[in-house]
Amino acid sequence: MAIAVRQFDAVVVGAGGSGLRAALQLAEANLKVAVLSKVFPTRSHTVAAQGGVSASLGNEEPDNWHWHMYDTVKGSDYLGDQDAIEFMCRKASEVVVELEHYGMPFDRLDNGKIYQRPFGGHTSNYGERAIKRACAAADRTGHAMLHTLYQRNVRARTQFFVEWMALDLVRDAEGRVLGVTALEMETGEVMILKARATLFATGGAGRIYSASTNAFINTGDGLGMAARAGIPLEDMEFWQFHPTGVAGAGVLITEGVRGEGGFLLNKNGERFMERYAPTVKDLASRDVVARAMATEIKEGRGAGKDGEYILLKLDHLGADVIDKRLPGIREIAIKFANCDPVKDPIPVVPTCHYQMGGIPTNMHGQVLGSGDRIVPGFYAAGECACVSVHGANRLGTNSLLDLLVFGKSAGEQVVKDLKGETGAMPELPKDAGDYTLSRLARLDSATSGERVSDVGAEMRRVMQLHCGVFRFPDSLVEGVRKIKEVAERTKSTFIKDKSKVFNTARVEALEHENLIEVALSTMVSAEARKESRGAHDRSDFPNRDDVNWMKHTMWFKDGNRLEYKPVQLKPLTVEMFEPKARVY
Amino acid sequence: MRFQIYRYNPDTDSKPRMQFYDVAMEPTDRMLLDALVRIKMEDDTFAFRRSCREGVCGSDAMNINGKNGLACITKLADLQEPVVIRPLPGLPVIRDLIVDMSQFFKQYHSIKPYVVNDTPPPEKERLQSPEDREELNGLYECILCACCSTSCPSFWWNPDKFVGPAGLLQAYRFIADTRDQTINERLDNLEDPYRLFRCHSIMNCVDVCPKGLNPTKAIGKIKDLLVKRTV
Repeated sequence: MAIAVRQFDAVVVGAGGSGLRAALQLAEANLKVAVLSKVFPTRSHTVAAQGGVSASLGNEEPDNWHWHMYDTVKGSDYLGDQDAIEFMCRKASEVVVELEHYGMPFDRLDNGKIYQRPFGGHTSNYGERAIKRACAAADRTGHAMLHTLYQRNVRARTQFFVEWMALDLVRDAEGRVLGVTALEMETGEVMILKARATLFATGGAGRIYSASTNAFINTGDGLGMAARAGIPLEDMEFWQFHPTGVAGAGVLITEGVRGEGGFLLNKNGERFMERYAPTVKDLASRDVVARAMATEIKEGRGAGKDGEYILLKLDHLGADVIDKRLPGIREIAIKFANCDPVKDPIPVVPTCHYQMGGIPTNMHGQVLGSGDRIVPGFYAAGECACVSVHGANRLGTNSLLDLLVFGKSAGEQVVKDLKGETGAMPELPKDAGDYTLSRLARLDSATSGERVSDVGAEMRRVMQLHCGVFRFPDSLVEGVRKIKEVAERTKSTFIKDKSKVFNTARVEALEHENLIEVALSTMVSAEARKESRGAHDRSDFPNRDDVNWMKHTMWFKDGNRLEYKPVQLKPLTVEMFEPKARVY
Repeated sequence: MRFQIYRYNPDTDSKPRMQFYDVAMEPTDRMLLDALVRIKMEDDTFAFRRSCREGVCGSDAMNINGKNGLACITKLADLQEPVVIRPLPGLPVIRDLIVDMSQFFKQYHSIKPYVVNDTPPPEKERLQSPEDREELNGLYECILCACCSTSCPSFWWNPDKFVGPAGLLQAYRFIADTRDQTINERLDNLEDPYRLFRCHSIMNCVDVCPKGLNPTKAIGKIKDLLVKRTV
């Protein structure tokens, strides 16, 4: 079948924080770049990040990257690769300062420096006490960051393809990635965007769960495309449940609330985190706090009519602090929780928030296939990638840092790799695009079948029920069976809308085909990991097992196959942090 | 609940029409967006934009019972029935509630929405006092949803020449930033009978802004600066 082809030096898929940071690197190197985004760039989900971006600037109190590195390694429950973590923490100050130079409206201290607040898991002197390391723009840090990065790209004249959805990777017989097929939503046209370098910055897939802080667009498109093209997905069993999603609505309430002095209460008015994390209490790692909350609820100490939520109290901070540092939270609580936090506590529950796993990469954004071999022409950064710096549990504010550090380093690597490439681009395989066209043809020709919304709802139900905060052996086995059934049903989805023009039903059907790969990889990887580590908590194996399980999971779509690879314990320049019991 | 929704698909319709929907709501449905998602479940040909569902991404701006707003933070309980939903006024309709926002973004880009400072940056951050930073509050929070500009009669008449409230709010955001060095060029760029001075303080923009921002006030400040400059 004939399909139009456009050629670029590089194609970036996704225009959230990491995509925009990478694109900036490429545009400033005068490469011919296409940045594809399903939504106008400032609508990407980075916009919803609230509390801050971590960097050991030491503006408020002494700090250094080595403390930050320790916290991140410990936070990851020793599953994070220590070389990549050192790389990220060392680069943090540089990329945050750079962002300030781009015009980021950070809050300020009296001396004019960037304002920093405490955040979960960030400590002084290797766990001694909470430290102010999160650089913040009120509680709209992600919004400020995303807009600043977009603005800088406007200045750099980056070429955007807005409301284009990438559909599949194009690979040749040698496995080299040569670009993507993509759908222009407004016209319904499908095209191949051919490029020497393809960089995925497609974000997470938190929409596999029913209770999620994630936007509708977080459908794991990059992961779906990678999995279908034979690329493994790493550590997919590790999903972060954020302690404070608004009960019922799922909307995020930043950990910055607790950073500013808020705390959690059970129905008896007890500040229960004192029992679970005596040193830093409400500022322990997210997995620890989420588990503590779920335990309180499970044991009948939840608040609310059915004991179904926990209370987040912050009225004692006073209206002035709340309006100055947490204005967005007040707005959200009033709208989505029917309560004004200046007077009343906010009802919250642990809510799916972040995907620690993803497309395996090294710290330069190069994608690693089977056997850790670099996939030529393919790069990934941000939440869709697994470097791995977050391991089994991400620290708050390290996601925005991840975007900046690895968006930049992936961009730099592309620039470097393209410098060496002067010859003609490899030819596209003859059947390039056929696979995508056959997927679209199935949707277009189907005259009956299941609604995408029904199959999607079942997927979310299965994930929520069988793969949540607490995981049980029988339930995981049943979850694998059920999610495979949902994957089968995905093959016979049906949409009534056959129009070319802005067909959002088609987009949702294609998104679901990506989500289901993520759900499947998550459930299969979780069932197989026989230990508890970070966000993965099994009732039958309640402890971390460093002898057998200090390794990364690699899931392959083909046959639902799993491989494992060792954790990189050796940092770049410093001594490794020996795994030890995790106490906060 | 009963809804009356603007429908138009250039593929199949010769002209736009209004379609009624009766929707059985669930107790968990709180916002207008919940209802629209429910309608789409029954009729997948109905097209609209949405993403964050918490009022920060700016995707689901539309005209709700005659007033622009975001569906995701508009409470169903506050709406009179039938709830009449139309696309944002004044922009070309692509399909149903999806409008072509090119003109809106073109105006945003025209104000050079980025800090310009050509002195070599220091190794650390550029310093800014909390008071100077405070000047950016009420400006940087804009989510580019276009509720304001598409409620402004001056923007309806001259979308190609008048920057509009959203663009001007951002123009002032960069004028007010102490780190920017191009205030004169920025004012030159606006000193024009259309670009700035088509604003007649009708204040529809203030009335509809879902983030509670005040473009009219920012525009007034730009006008003051222009006056001061000539004195």
